[in-house]
Amino acid sequence: WQNDSVQKKIRSAFDVFDHEQNQTVDVREIGTIIRSLGRFPTEAELHDVIAEIEEEEPAGFIRFEKFLPTMSRILMENKLRPVPEDLLLQAFEVLDQQKKGHLDPEELSRYLTQEGDPFSQEEMEEMLSAALDPEKNLIFYRDFVSMMTADEPW
Amino acid sequence: MRAALLIQRWYRQYVARLEMRRRCTWNIFQSIEYSGEQDQIKLYNFFGFLMDHFTPASSERNLISHIFRESEVFQDAEWEPYFCYKSIDVPDMYTGPHLTFPLTVNIITELVEAFKHKQHLHARYVLQLLGETWRLLRILPNINEVSTFHSKEITICGDLHGQLEDLLLVFYKNGLPSVETPYVFNGDFVDRGKDSIEILLILFAFQLVYPNDVHLNRGNHEDHIVNLRYGFTKEVLGKYRVHGKKILKLLQKIFSWLPLATVIDQKVLILHGGISDTTDLKLIAKLERNRYVSALRPPKRPQALSSSDGNARFSGGDWDQYSLVGRRRVRSLTHSNPASSRRELQRRSLQNYSTRTGHNVEEELRERRRWAGLSASCERIHDLPSSDSDPDSGEVLETDAEEWKQIVDMLWSDPMSQDGCIPNEVRGGGCYWGPDITEDVLNRHNLRLLIRSHECKQDGYEFCHNRRVLTIFSASNYYEVGSNRGAYIRLGPDLNPHVVQYQASRSTRELTLRQSVGRTERSALRALREQVFAHKSDLTSAYEEFDPEHTGVISMKHWAVATETVLQLGLPWRVLREQLVGDSTQDGIINYNDWFRELALMDPNTELAHTGLLETMYRHHSNLETIFRIIDTDHSGLISFEEFRQTWKLLSSHLKMEISDKAISDLALSIDFNKDGSIDINEFMEAFRLVDCSHAQILISMNGGTSPDPPQPSSPS
Repeated sequence: WQNDSVQKKIRSAFDVFDHEQNQTVDVREIGTIIRSLGRFPTEAELHDVIAEIEEEEPAGFIRFEKFLPTMSRILMENKLRPVPEDLLLQAFEVLDQQKKGHLDPEELSRYLTQEGDPFSQEEMEEMLSAALDPEKNLIFYRDFVSMMTADEPW
Repeated sequence: MRAALLIQRWYRQYVARLEMRRRCTWNIFQSIEYSGEQDQIKLYNFFGFLMDHFTPASSERNLISHIFRESEVFQDAEWEPYFCYKSIDVPDMYTGPHLTFPLTVNIITELVEAFKHKQHLHARYVLQLLGETWRLLRILPNINEVSTFHSKEITICGDLHGQLEDLLLVFYKNGLPSVETPYVFNGDFVDRGKDSIEILLILFAFQLVYPNDVHLNRGNHEDHIVNLRYGFTKEVLGKYRVHGKKILKLLQKIFSWLPLATVIDQKVLILHGGISDTTDLKLIAKLERNRYVSALRPPKRPQALSSSDGNARFSGGDWDQYSLVGRRRVRSLTHSNPASSRRELQRRSLQNYSTRTGHNVEEELRERRRWAGLSASCERIHDLPSSDSDPDSGEVLETDAEEWKQIVDMLWSDPMSQDGCIPNEVRGGGCYWGPDITEDVLNRHNLRLLIRSHECKQDGYEFCHNRRVLTIFSASNYYEVGSNRGAYIRLGPDLNPHVVQYQASRSTRELTLRQSVGRTERSALRALREQVFAHKSDLTSAYEEFDPEHTGVISMKHWAVATETVLQLGLPWRVLREQLVGDSTQDGIINYNDWFRELALMDPNTELAHTGLLETMYRHHSNLETIFRIIDTDHSGLISFEEFRQTWKLLSSHLKMEISDKAISDLALSIDFNKDGSIDINEFMEAFRLVDCSHAQILISMNGGTSPDPPQPSSPS
């Protein structure tokens, strides 16, 4: 029965992006679908998953019948598991060496667009629009973390 | 390094969650929109069915037959006096813009300024401008050929849908149309937004001044039948109370004369909807586009041969042949040699036709003049001669059906990611076409790129089919403030499209991602709740099938299945459940009675649907309004009781429902607020706007059964 409900969850998330209702989604939406199911893949992990479920001749779309078993396994085995919220806060604190409680947007941008799985320019701008306090031109990361980790129903 | 990875992973997760929400919201709006379009086409097909199955004497047919009237029996020259503006005086107190012809850029600039200040152009000038436009359009080909000669960059805009703010924003960012700044506008200028007529006037004015540099393509909303439902008809009648009808009639002709496509440098094809596996530009180039006044129905040629057994009407339930959805089979002529008879028919003149039917020519002409009369009304239709000479009972020629399919496919189709070509059943018209079709059609015609519109896109544009198809949509905030950006294309001699995006209304730019998603979402959920509420009885029956003991609860799984069966919106109900059902759900069980009660609390006027009749009205209010407007031939906004009753009979037979005459009569009496024997359409429809509940209270008291003294309805906010 547990497996059944897992399948239903995966189906629902998949259906949202299945525009033609023919059991396929655009491969570029797979990341969103996997994440919306509560998983936290790195970019590399995401590429691996896609490679596994793609068609033999990559056609730009992914079929549900290939997606389901892979995604079920990920969920049942708790792979690509969530990063605990406190670790996220710590990550910001590490960058804030002087313990000021805020970060400089230029520095943060440089860091996040160069290190790790770099953000694209667009991603960085988007994050700044959500994280930046426009009056003080600073990022109060505690508030930002609360916002990102809020378990709002929607 | 690890810190970066952590932050990036979290952030991308957060964005994905928001994107999921946004996508769900989008799906809601889009399904409701397309389901409305499908509804419209079903209704229109139903009218077609009536036309073909009822004798001309039947009253139902007479109510609606005029919308099918191909009253093009006169030459355009004969219509010109009817549309003449010269007898209309402009009063001294008119403070709006004055037009002088020939138009100049200065005059247009003044016009645009006036519209910015919410002024209306006087009907005299409207008719004058439209008349000039009509004259110009008649000499344009079906397919505009444009070149980027002299290193010109061409700007291409998509759907505007009456949103003047967006057009002005494009002009602000990109410059006004001129010899240096040519434009192509890709259809759907009207409906839904509130400034459709102003957009048309501006576009037509620019085209008159720069006929070689401003090109307009017809969209599926440049169609008077569609306009009846989606607001343009209403807008014009509201802004032009005296001359609105004439303006609409002239626009009907203008729409049919709009070119169907534009080709740039013989390499880039621009049209509103899309293509199909049978798209043939050569055929399109030589058809008579103005015969297709509405894309929803093929034109009929008069029945030249009288058939004693009434063969002209096809029998049985085969009326689906006239429906839009993907049929290619055409009813053949009753002649044994189809080719020659087609030629014969085309040669027949009016004179031959009238002689055959036993009228003399003079009588015939008198009849026709009456039909083309300045105020078509029901009584005139009753005067019609008998069925033999009824021009509506013609045959659809095979060539006509083929041409018609080309046009419908161009105006209504959507791309899909799978190969192939299938009927577009979501909209009810045109096709879904795949990447293989794109390759085939583009290669066959030696083209490089297809630019189309017709579908709202979050970013205002979207590539598909290996970047061989580009959708461009220019109405920002289409579903709701913050729902999407608008965009336009700049195309230079290299023919590489460069997209520019924008979003009207300053406030939306300042909304964060999360705020704009939240806002659009609330709006979508509201719309969805309306749908749920309107189908309460059917939903209850469907739930009860899974709950035979009527305990009032069902499992989530059954809830999702039943809801989709009734609403048929193709939405992910399980994902939506939490937001939609909220408190009435616990541990995978849904208490649907509680849920309906809750809905009643959230929507103020939900007491409406106690009787099945009111609920039906609520659910089909768009259809109802469309029928009203069709019946109201003199566009007075009033219909008589008898007409109201006929409307209900029409609607109920369309819905295959039983409605007792008495119930309708009682309802009609209670709605007659002024007790003067007629019903005001606008007033009646206002009762169905969820925003204003004062009318709902009137309906509530009606529901109580007695004939109360209704309070004067307050005007809507």
